[in-house]
Amino acid sequence: MLELIVISTLNGILFGMLLFLMASGLTVIFSMLGVLNFAHASFYMLGAFFGFQISKWVGFWPALIVAPLLAGGLGALVERYGLRRVHKYGHVPELLFTFGLAFAIQEIVQIIWGKSPVDFRVPAILDFPAFTVFSTNYPAFKIFMLAVSIVIFVGLLIVLKRTRIGLIVQAALTHPHMVGHLGHNVGRIFMLVFGVGTALAAVAGVIAGPALVTQSDMAGLLGPILFVVVVVGGLGSLPGAFIASLLIGLVQTFAVSMNGSLAGAFGPLGPDLASTWLSDIWNVTIAQIAPIMPYLMLVLILIFRPMGLLGTRET
Amino acid sequence: MTIAPPPPSAAERLKFYSVWIVAVAALVILPKIFSSGGSLTTFSLIGISIIFSLSYNILLGQTGMLSFGHAVYYGLGGFLAVHAINIIAKHKYAIPLPVVPLIGGIAGLVFAMLLGWVSTRRSGTAFAMISLGVAELVASSALILRSFFGGEAGISANRTKVLRLFDWSFGPQIQIYYLVAAWTLIAVIAMYALTRTPLGRMCNAVRDNPERVQFVGYDPHVIRYIAFCFSGFFAGIAGALAAINFEIANSAYLGAAQSGTVLFSTYIGGAGFFIGPIVGAIFVTALSLSLSDLTQVWQLYFGLIFIAVVMFAPGGITGLLMMHRPLIKAGTLTRVLPSYLIAFVPTLAMIVGLILTIEITVYHTVNPGDDPHIKAFGIPFDASNHGVWAIAAVLLVGGFLIARKSWALVAARWDDALTEARAKGVAA
Amino acid sequence: MSNAIEMRGVEKTFGVTKVIQGVNLTVAKGERHALIGPNGAGKSTTFNLISGYMKPSAGSILLNDREISGLPPFRINRLGLSRSFQVTNVFAKMTVWENLRCAVLWATGHRYAFWKNIDNLPEVRERTAQILQDISLVSRRDVPAGLLTYAEQRALEIGITVAGGADVILLDEPTAGMSNAETERAVEQIRRLTEGRTLLIVEHDMSVVFGLADRISVLVYGEVIASGTPDEIRSSRKVREAYLGEEAA
Repeated sequence: MLELIVISTLNGILFGMLLFLMASGLTVIFSMLGVLNFAHASFYMLGAFFGFQISKWVGFWPALIVAPLLAGGLGALVERYGLRRVHKYGHVPELLFTFGLAFAIQEIVQIIWGKSPVDFRVPAILDFPAFTVFSTNYPAFKIFMLAVSIVIFVGLLIVLKRTRIGLIVQAALTHPHMVGHLGHNVGRIFMLVFGVGTALAAVAGVIAGPALVTQSDMAGLLGPILFVVVVVGGLGSLPGAFIASLLIGLVQTFAVSMNGSLAGAFGPLGPDLASTWLSDIWNVTIAQIAPIMPYLMLVLILIFRPMGLLGTRET
Repeated sequence: MTIAPPPPSAAERLKFYSVWIVAVAALVILPKIFSSGGSLTTFSLIGISIIFSLSYNILLGQTGMLSFGHAVYYGLGGFLAVHAINIIAKHKYAIPLPVVPLIGGIAGLVFAMLLGWVSTRRSGTAFAMISLGVAELVASSALILRSFFGGEAGISANRTKVLRLFDWSFGPQIQIYYLVAAWTLIAVIAMYALTRTPLGRMCNAVRDNPERVQFVGYDPHVIRYIAFCFSGFFAGIAGALAAINFEIANSAYLGAAQSGTVLFSTYIGGAGFFIGPIVGAIFVTALSLSLSDLTQVWQLYFGLIFIAVVMFAPGGITGLLMMHRPLIKAGTLTRVLPSYLIAFVPTLAMIVGLILTIEITVYHTVNPGDDPHIKAFGIPFDASNHGVWAIAAVLLVGGFLIARKSWALVAARWDDALTEARAKGVAA
Repeated sequence: MSNAIEMRGVEKTFGVTKVIQGVNLTVAKGERHALIGPNGAGKSTTFNLISGYMKPSAGSILLNDREISGLPPFRINRLGLSRSFQVTNVFAKMTVWENLRCAVLWATGHRYAFWKNIDNLPEVRERTAQILQDISLVSRRDVPAGLLTYAEQRALEIGITVAGGADVILLDEPTAGMSNAETERAVEQIRRLTEGRTLLIVEHDMSVVFGLADRISVLVYGEVIASGTPDEIRSSRKVREAYLGEEAA
């Protein structure tokens, strides 16, 4: 039991950090550019697939550097030649553009790499158990993932709080229009922010790829959860996104390992109720509803605190 | 000038009603001209898509709400319809099939009322994300509540087992066509009438300026909620008709792909005009059915068309056409037409180049072992021939560069035509 | 029951900055009251607080002796208060006629009706026509609001504000950006349209203020430093100091 809690906590924090790697980029892009990048999870997927392909050709370690750069570069181009054009039409077309982009990226990934999962392997040097918790081996690669996430997180914090560009980004988080008025080259900053944001998502993809499944539906599965994270945390709030990421990461990880159900607790229903919807709910295990837990949290937040946990901006 | 707008003249009224009469006539005559089973199915699907897209536009075009989860109400309408048919058939209730779409509509309405108040609390981007989350919630629940949703296989029904009306069993596709056509007409009339009511007008006001709406005494949340409910009602009708047509309802009805399709149809057709989603529904349904025969990756083409519309024609097909109205009124359209012809050639070249590139890439990544003599859009070519690659590259790049210049010419001509139109007093 | 608006000790804090520091303001019924003050004094914030766009951090606001602080804007509007905006805030895609009609719908009791044809409501027609005539935009009836000239848009802005029949009208710099001739016409229009109603107006143009107002309040750094008739304000030393600095006063 304790073993389960420890493992689940580790996995939950890991998942939460991965989510935050993506949610942070998404939040900064939203705050500065005013557009919620529907294709953000697609860049995560691109990171995984680029990472896989480059690993096959050259090795994992170059892939870790090159794949995010490639994806981020693509992101910067998308901002410069796509999003910026659509910006003048308003927020709805911007969101729709990123939606179309997500759709197109998924199709292209399917064409190039197919619909089945690809064999993105953990690099041999990290393929050993790091330590043993009670009777379970905890893989070193996961510790590596955690380490990378924390390093990037700390790096982000330093850049935001200690550098000039970080100051500008912080200012733009709450007052994007002023940034232009202060004489900064807004276009270049936007390109940079979009590129870095998508590169962060791609890093998450490269490190998550070997551990989770690398498949062309990755973006579609993770995308909605990402948006739940930012809505629950509060659109435009980085600390909110952090808390929400960890919260959802932990909740979902714990839920998956719990096999409790109402039937388990209170005994089976009578046979005449056997094939009704009540019986379905009675017998479903917590593990089975784990995938929808983030969405339940979304609905709860909307009922009790519609601006999100730490939300500051209305759209 | 009298102060209030004058009531429509006899000529205007005649024009208005004749449009509807022509539409009804077309609906009746269409199956006589194209009577094959395939055509009738296509028409039925188009009708269903028209109702669904119009219901979506109550949210998008009229009230300014972008939803990524509209298929929920479509799907729930479909499931309730299938269950209703099974229950009616089993207990032999005196409810004929034409009433079943209404049951679907009521299902859509009830669920929209339940989920709507919370969903419409925020607007704009937050609403879009919330609609996505709620849709995922419902779609995922479908796999848990197996008795209602039937798991992966869904629930099927036999539509001919229901009480017969005028001796129609609704087995043959032609009878389904008339059922769909009748409901499409009813739904279109109803949704059009909705736009001419106080609520309809205030929906537009909320779309344009929700802040101001508060300061004329209206609660934007209530307006959005009511619009949401109507939208769910008509989506439910569409879903029920789809379930009747396919005699099955499954979790795909509720899914992201279905929500995406209706968004495509509505936006590509044009969200700014009532008739836009109708145009979009016809275009997208017909295109998806025919494209899937011509190329393996028709979905990619769809995505690219959508992106192109968002980037270059955000008003959709209808928006593009209506843009020409002031020019036609002022008689200056002829200034622009020649430039369209000039721009058409390099643009076509660019598109052909793009198609070739995509199809060659598809060949190499998806079926590299097959015979390289493939057909794309009915035209045969050799996908491994380097000469073909060169042609594709030239068409794509060259076409793009020349097209850019030619569209600048179109813009210049438009400028002239518009200025002349304004000088003649046409407001634009 | 003689005060249309009463503000008692109203405060508003943004983060750590106290923008409104204990404002006491009374506007009598039927009065034309002007709110003036240097830039940044908090005049627009005061309007936002009264009309419900923002919630006061402390203090109370009464409309016809009824507490309205904390109520959402549409409720305050339904209680009889209407405001215009400094930056023109109309329904850009709708025609002038349709804009005014929106403003009339709630007051004529049609609310959220989805079963009535809007073109068949005679009372709505008449009232919209009346306002259209009052703001002299009859010739521009079918023009989309986004295509009007600046002065026409300002006139439409005022029209939307008064169309609902509210008896307390708040106008936020209605003549901003207008030429002298346009200002004169606007003042005439305002005087006509607010006949018999209570008016609270924020203005920078002193000729408008002194020509229109029965009483004037001066807001400086979030506080009302003086409140009285135009003559009293004109001769007040405190006011001169605030506008011209201590030495000039």
